[in-house]
Amino acid sequence: MQSSSEVDTSSAAPETSGARKAASGSRWSSLPTVVRRSILLVAIVLLWQLYVTLSGVSPLLFSSPLDIAEAFWEGWTSGDLVGATLVTLRILGLGMLIGMLVAAVLTTLATWTRIGEDVLVLLTSMLNPLPAIAILPLAILWFGLSPSALVFVIANAVTWPIAINVSTGFRTVNPTILMVGRNLGLRGFKLVKDVLMPAALPHTISGLKTGWAFGWRTIIAAELVFGVAGGGGGLGFFINDARYFLRIPEVFAGLVTIALIGIALDAVFTWIERRTVIKWGMKSGT
Amino acid sequence: MREQGERHTPRLSEGTNRDFGGEHGDAVSTGSTETRASGRPLLTVDHVRIGYVVDGRLNVAVGDVSFEIWPGEKIMLLGPSGCGKSTLLKAVAGFIEPVGGHISIEGHDLIQPGPDRAVVFQEFDQLFPWRTVADNVAYPLRVTGKEKNEAEATARRFIEMMGLSHAAERYPHQLSGGMKQRVAIARALALEPLMLLMDEPFGSLDAQTRTRLQKELNDIADRTSVTILFVTHSIQEALLLGHRVVVLGQPPSEVEEIVDVRNVKDPDTEEFIEVRRRLRELLAGEGEDVDHAIFE
Repeated sequence: MQSSSEVDTSSAAPETSGARKAASGSRWSSLPTVVRRSILLVAIVLLWQLYVTLSGVSPLLFSSPLDIAEAFWEGWTSGDLVGATLVTLRILGLGMLIGMLVAAVLTTLATWTRIGEDVLVLLTSMLNPLPAIAILPLAILWFGLSPSALVFVIANAVTWPIAINVSTGFRTVNPTILMVGRNLGLRGFKLVKDVLMPAALPHTISGLKTGWAFGWRTIIAAELVFGVAGGGGGLGFFINDARYFLRIPEVFAGLVTIALIGIALDAVFTWIERRTVIKWGMKSGT
Repeated sequence: MREQGERHTPRLSEGTNRDFGGEHGDAVSTGSTETRASGRPLLTVDHVRIGYVVDGRLNVAVGDVSFEIWPGEKIMLLGPSGCGKSTLLKAVAGFIEPVGGHISIEGHDLIQPGPDRAVVFQEFDQLFPWRTVADNVAYPLRVTGKEKNEAEATARRFIEMMGLSHAAERYPHQLSGGMKQRVAIARALALEPLMLLMDEPFGSLDAQTRTRLQKELNDIADRTSVTILFVTHSIQEALLLGHRVVVLGQPPSEVEEIVDVRNVKDPDTEEFIEVRRRLRELLAGEGEDVDHAIFE
């Protein structure tokens, strides 16, 4: 990637990392990030394995990395973990899609009308601080023990962070850029598409990021409480089920899967940001 | 076809707007009658009054301003800060609707903003950050109806004219302030507008860059004979770039005087010093700290 040419204006970042460098020995910090992280990861796993082997802790409480790796491998080859992951991702995807649509409608109203803005601000300030999982009992009451209840909870979890971020993005678009657009004779949808949307993109991406993070945490929590739904259980169910039958390595394998998916999706967002808002200097890279 | 005034001595027009009260038309025409002979003015600002509503009360920034711009002219709007000169420019651009009077371009009343009056702003962030320099110049041409290839070729030509060919593929955040303003000027010129509206485009630049860009703008204006309405608070800039200087007073502002500076370009001449003194007086009369704020 052409990252070297992208960052020639962000001179502040190297200075701070330089200060850190001086503090903690230069040989370690001269290594590439990937190498540093890999070394740390290996060290942690080794210590973990060592602890389990030497302390004789009950395998019913704490699994060793080797057992977890085995359970992980089995889970993925047998299809149990794959199935659970797909169930979870499908519900999450549906919930996010609905949340995004609702957010789009709310944002449009909030951008165009004063009352829409007031409604959005009011709803967001009421519903955003509410942990989304807290409405699960209501959702079950309304939708029954079906995936719809989960989708509803997820949609509620992602709508508010997305809506508030995107509408902030629209409202804080630099007025000069907007005037340039109008000066070119752009109006209506064309002005929104060619000027407002790209100008609000940093906020949109961070809204989606927050929304996804909320949704991801919520669906795992909901599945843990909810258990099996419809045809099959998701990752939360997988973990709970494994615990119930004392297959502790599988519990850990489920957790590892959740963490890996989280990392992967974060990486996707970082990739999108690198190719857009960081490349354009609208958000400083990290 | 840039009309040059025939006069060889600098001439201060005696007519001020307020002397002409409710009359229409010739309020400010005491200047160059030679240019008037050829057709009609490009832009007419006729008894324009502009205000903002603040807390339900109309706050008048521009009281009563009239002037005309003829094709190929470079008109400088000079005045103390807060006199509404930028507001006036935004009204000409179509962003603000005057509460009184008329602004018309080639005889038609203005309604909407449009690319026939390309604006160059003071702010560096007037470029689209998500487009490269080449794209920033080409995109406006695309949306105003040019074919892709033609737009790109025109953009290249104007980017080269502003000496930015080496930076064509860069994004705005990779440019210096001076380069950004050059891109903005290239973008405005490439539209081949009826007139260029410049709102203190060099106001945020350091002194050296500003001087260089002023010279460049002069060269380009001479080559393209583009009509310019230029807002500034600097006497030096007004003298260097302008054909005529419209001096505005304190808000609610009126035209204090329209000074012809077409032939006053050599800073060593008596005339230059005389005109400069006159402009300083006009501004000093408006309570600005001339030494610090205006004359640089």
